[in-house]
Amino acid sequence: MTNIHIHFENVTVSYGAKRALEDVSLEIPEKQILGIIGPAGSGKTTLLKCINRTIDFVPGVKVCGRVLIDGEDIFRIRNVYELRRRVGMVFPLPVGLPLSVYENVAYGPRRAGLRDRHELDLIVEKCLRQAMLWDEVKDRMQMLGTKLSGGQQQRLTLARALSLQPEILCLDEFSIAIDPVTTMRIEDILRELKNEMTIVLVTNLVQQARRLADRTAFFSASRLIEVGETETIFTKASNRLTERYVTGDVG
Amino acid sequence: MSANPFAPSALEKRKKTKERVAEYVLAAITVSLIVPVVAILAYLVVQAWPVLRPSFLLDNPKDYMTAGGIWAPLVGTFFLVIISLLAAAPVGILAGVYLNEYAGDNWATRIINLAVMNLAGVPSIVHALFGVGAFVLFAGMGRSLLAASCTLAVMTLPVIITSTREALSSVPMSFREACWNMGATRWQTIRTIVLPNAISGILTGVILQVSRAAGETAPILFTGAVFFAPVADHGWESFFPYGLGDRCMALSMHLFTLATQVRGVSDEIQYGTALVLIGLVLAVNSFSIGLRVYLRSRKKW
Repeated sequence: MTNIHIHFENVTVSYGAKRALEDVSLEIPEKQILGIIGPAGSGKTTLLKCINRTIDFVPGVKVCGRVLIDGEDIFRIRNVYELRRRVGMVFPLPVGLPLSVYENVAYGPRRAGLRDRHELDLIVEKCLRQAMLWDEVKDRMQMLGTKLSGGQQQRLTLARALSLQPEILCLDEFSIAIDPVTTMRIEDILRELKNEMTIVLVTNLVQQARRLADRTAFFSASRLIEVGETETIFTKASNRLTERYVTGDVG
Repeated sequence: MSANPFAPSALEKRKKTKERVAEYVLAAITVSLIVPVVAILAYLVVQAWPVLRPSFLLDNPKDYMTAGGIWAPLVGTFFLVIISLLAAAPVGILAGVYLNEYAGDNWATRIINLAVMNLAGVPSIVHALFGVGAFVLFAGMGRSLLAASCTLAVMTLPVIITSTREALSSVPMSFREACWNMGATRWQTIRTIVLPNAISGILTGVILQVSRAAGETAPILFTGAVFFAPVADHGWESFFPYGLGDRCMALSMHLFTLATQVRGVSDEIQYGTALVLIGLVLAVNSFSIGLRVYLRSRKKW
């Protein structure tokens, strides 16, 4: 019986009059990939932002309900920075910080207080290897992160997300701005990583969810429509809307 | 041989002529902007020619300011500018950081923005009277270098705040979000990513205020500048002639004095003083522009 790592309990998120998430209840088991699919504006990114509480940065936001990680309500914890270190995030657009490649990956551990150069070296190499970027940058570690190609910057973002050894990895449409080869490589990485951490993968590429996710959740218009084993969702969905979406009839 | 399909039609020829005319007219207008500056400089150089020697800069005014050089006012202006920037730059930069990185969109922030904007539009003579009231009288500084510098600091503050905000907002939001998502606090993000990449814009803003502080007469008129203050000709005291509580001479003030308050000053000395003042302003502004161009070329994204 797998543990439930993340638990959304009747979560409603609104900015002003607009409702981004409406009464969402979702259980995310640990060390699995949960795929989140749905049309644009359905609340998928908002869901991710709740997991590491970057939703706090949205002006005028109101969050009702509870989000529990390992049973703890994360909107009540004292140290939100610690939470953000436990959750790694990869965005749609590749972002290389204007620092050297080494400093990009060392950024998270340094801000968390790690000073020992030797330990930082180990972390940087480990994460760059995990992100399959090591071979391409090992002789160019002082190069500016912003000068890498898009595919390399996205893998750099992944390496940064892994640098703090998170328990949860969130990816928000990571493949939309990179080439298919890099996408394939990152998908392979994710298949390996799910043995170590829980992965929440938001994607608008339905087939990507089918390839990667163990369980899939379908969102539409700020509501969770259906969630279940991936194969079930794709072949025997109970909700008519889900079926129409996964077969490409809508969205 | 068939007609060339890319040959311009009559309409295109007319458009091209209009385009050229527009370009020449705009270029001519732009070039004409340089004419007044060049004319003023040339006139000043010609009129001041007899006194343009290094001793003009290094000698103190002599014989009731009808002879000698401008060393004392030059040193005074130098210290006024340095001290006012030492006061204004940290306050202005930190205020800019707060307003751009921390302040939310509420009525308090709107009031602050309004205050900064209005402060930028206050006439310099009003700054002078404020300086008298706030620094000379209320803070008990008396008429002094310190009071004059503080008045100049208040005057240059709004522009430093605004250019800091502009420099900070030129750093892409995506960098900040990447840092926040890794658990960095706002200040850590600012200290490690935002400020280092905004420093070029901030520096240019601060340096531009140097030329303004050097050139203004009104704010120092009642708060600390005097017609004449005896300054040593040689040695340590000639480099540090004014204590913070002393009244000082200043270049802009000195020009006003020579032109209106002293009898028998030769024209060359007046034009020479004006030339040094404008030369100082031009040199500082050119340095600021050069610095900005250099720092922009090293942009990291």
